[in-house]
Amino acid sequence: MSAVINAPAAVIAVERSEGVWHASWRRFRSDRVGLVCAVIVIAFLLLIIVAALGGVAGNWQQEVGVANAPPTFLGPRAAEATGTIEVPKGPNVDLSAVDPLAPRYKEWDERAAKFKTEEIVKAETLPMGADRLGRDVLSKAIKGTQISVFVGVMAALVATGIGTLLGAFAGFFGGKVGDFLEWLYNVFEAIPGILLIFAFAAVFGRGISTVVLILGLTGWTGLYRQVRAEFMKHRSREYVRAAEAIGASVWSRIFSHILPNVSHVILVRMSLLVVGFIKAEVILSYLGLGVGVDDVSWGTMLAEAQSELILGYWWQLAAATLFMAVFVTAFSLMADALRDALDPKLRGLE
Amino acid sequence: MLLSIQDLRVAFRMSKVDGVLQRAEAVKGVSFDIAENRTVALVGESGSGKSVTAMSILNLLPDNAERSGKILWHGKDLMHMPMAELQQLRGREIACVFQDPMTSLNPVFSVGDQLVEPLIKHLGLGNRAALERAEQLLVEVGMPEPKRRLAAYPHELSGGQQQRVMISMALACEPKLLIADEPTTALDVTIQRQILELIAELQRKRRMSVLFISHDLGVVGEIANEVLVMRHGVLREQGSVADIFAAPKDAYTQALLACRPSLAHNPARLMVIDDHIAGKSMRGPAVAKDAQAPVVLEVRSLAKSFWLKRGLFGRREFKAVQGVNFRLRRGHTLGVVGESGSGKTTMGLTLLRLHEPTHGEVIFDGQDLLRLSAAERQVMRRRIQIVFQNPYASLNPRFTIGQTLIEPMAIHQIGASTKDREQRARTLLEKVGLDGSAFGKYPHEFSGGQRQRIAIARALTLDPEVLVLDEAVSALDVSVQAQVLNLLRDLQDELGLAYVFISHDLAVVRFISDEVLVMKDGVVVEQAATEQILAAPREEYTQRLLAAIPRGYRAAA
Repeated sequence: MSAVINAPAAVIAVERSEGVWHASWRRFRSDRVGLVCAVIVIAFLLLIIVAALGGVAGNWQQEVGVANAPPTFLGPRAAEATGTIEVPKGPNVDLSAVDPLAPRYKEWDERAAKFKTEEIVKAETLPMGADRLGRDVLSKAIKGTQISVFVGVMAALVATGIGTLLGAFAGFFGGKVGDFLEWLYNVFEAIPGILLIFAFAAVFGRGISTVVLILGLTGWTGLYRQVRAEFMKHRSREYVRAAEAIGASVWSRIFSHILPNVSHVILVRMSLLVVGFIKAEVILSYLGLGVGVDDVSWGTMLAEAQSELILGYWWQLAAATLFMAVFVTAFSLMADALRDALDPKLRGLE
Repeated sequence: MLLSIQDLRVAFRMSKVDGVLQRAEAVKGVSFDIAENRTVALVGESGSGKSVTAMSILNLLPDNAERSGKILWHGKDLMHMPMAELQQLRGREIACVFQDPMTSLNPVFSVGDQLVEPLIKHLGLGNRAALERAEQLLVEVGMPEPKRRLAAYPHELSGGQQQRVMISMALACEPKLLIADEPTTALDVTIQRQILELIAELQRKRRMSVLFISHDLGVVGEIANEVLVMRHGVLREQGSVADIFAAPKDAYTQALLACRPSLAHNPARLMVIDDHIAGKSMRGPAVAKDAQAPVVLEVRSLAKSFWLKRGLFGRREFKAVQGVNFRLRRGHTLGVVGESGSGKTTMGLTLLRLHEPTHGEVIFDGQDLLRLSAAERQVMRRRIQIVFQNPYASLNPRFTIGQTLIEPMAIHQIGASTKDREQRARTLLEKVGLDGSAFGKYPHEFSGGQRQRIAIARALTLDPEVLVLDEAVSALDVSVQAQVLNLLRDLQDELGLAYVFISHDLAVVRFISDEVLVMKDGVVVEQAATEQILAAPREEYTQRLLAAIPRGYRAAA
């Protein structure tokens, strides 16, 4: 046989056909809603990158406006009528006799003159108003976007990693391994989700990386279940059997044969997880279990907005809600379009 | 005239490309008539539009289908009939039986419930009367113990019994036309024989007409009065069954008849449709086999059991394969024949240790395959390879053909570099009759026959000595089947491969095998040289199997 093999094969330029991902992209492109949403999501991501590098909203903690300054389009708040106290009418009293500090006033005045003091002119209005400390709400919202989306995406990556790995093992090996992982899954599923998150939060304390871990460690179960089912289905397919027959190792069968064939399921599931985790982070931060006090996220903004709303300062709530609603809606619709593009069988007949 | 179809055209709306709606024409102007009390067969390979033609009669097509032309039922045009009127016709005057009885029956209702429903709905019978009628129907289709079967659920019945229930449902309202869409394709040969006889008998008794759709000319020849041959949405030939079989006029019909392996004579190479149409003759004579060739594979008392759970703690042994013995010589082929559930596929997978055997020895080149360590086994993997039944499932859809072929060589470090492996892959593609442009393509761009060639090429990348072919040609059309069988023969002659050829089709096994193993319920019933088994089967089961094979039309003698 080797004599035949050594015969020179005709040299033909390798022309690679349209791959599965390429075809998916072609289908995705024709979905107008999905495309618009993808543009919005990409715009958000760019904003996040710029914010992370300090290009915008770097000074979100500065008190640039007066407390609770209203948004620009509402105009400055009318000055409150502050009645002056009536001047007392009795004779002047010299207090220096009773004031023990009086001799040092002059010395202090001299020392104070050596330092420069600058009076910051606090803005009466800001584009989206200010919070109770006079911080710019727009900057806060942008910085909050950075943190909330970062937490959502990272947590989704963690959860997807755990879910895919465990699901692949449970589905592929079955038997004892599968039983053990099912048991683990059942333990996680048996505890109400929010309770589990609280438990983790209480142990780990506050902070961005903690939130990522908490959400990732509690949110993998749904994805695990689906990946497990897909692997069970594919494990007995003939192409996997064929790979076994040519001597492909277990790892190669799991990761280079089956995984690419279920990757679209994982991808879609992951984008749904991102949306879910962003909302979960908001809830956690709102309840005070989320990001640290010196960070800002959509959740902490909403938590602050609660007390402001009573006083009629609605802009922080509006800004956080607007950013979150636009991003989450765009992301969900994009995930939906992604699913259609990746799994054309699901689409109805046109 | 019962049914008259005139210039029927069916097109399917497909996705939009650059804003222009794409249409795929499935049927391109078909006209034929069905008279009363006749069986008309519609024959064609997959994609010929035969099922679409039949389903368009009752408008059972998907929503994206567009029909044009005329479908006259007793002179009334069905094409423009309102849905309510059409539904009155469905099941009552025109009834259908489909290919897979397993999926056509609703698994959560008992047979009785499903039989009674059309009787009450269409004929307005009362509950009791309907039940009595249902029982009569089951008697009529030859169901054993009909009274008990009424309460049975579909999964409790065998495939043949399920198809009997489907037929009795179709007959419930005494239709004038029965459309049978490949009603026996999913069934074993012996069951197919029973169902064919049942349909023929019912047709005679009830004087109804049958439109019988099939890809198998052998089946059609036994049952039909008239035959219509379709290809690519066009009617190629129509005529009485005697004319079609004795004097086919169309080149395609002639080729279809010629390229089917037959039990009567055994050529060295099979006719291929394109060759036949082009008027080419068959290639060279068969290479004589060396009866003293060295034995490459010897199997002794091979057995495989599965453990089924029973009750809470109990286990029951299910013996899928037991006591298989054979010796396979270099360049020879062992045919393994049996019906579904006979354990033939399990036997094949056990040879490669894709199933762990329970007992026995597989001696390959002096070594017992079943006692090797993992590392030694990996080396042995090279020398015994497998080709699976379904070419649509056996190639990884996310791998290009090049990747598929290079992977096994990379695993076993055949070839010095990727470039070297690529060259070998291209040579192999040429050997199985594909050109180099296939290298960068994905499996979905190929037809079933081409994919099976690729699967064979993959098995050959490792220079195996033994190839297990598990129903390797069963899922292919007749013409493609002939090409792949010829390819297998050529490869055997050239490379001296030994085959274990597993199939339910005796005619195909006869073409390729030197020795045949007949299996039933996991046990080898008979084992002998091919000619001997065909000429003088010893066992009663083998005789039954042989008798059940459709032999096409035979002039009444």
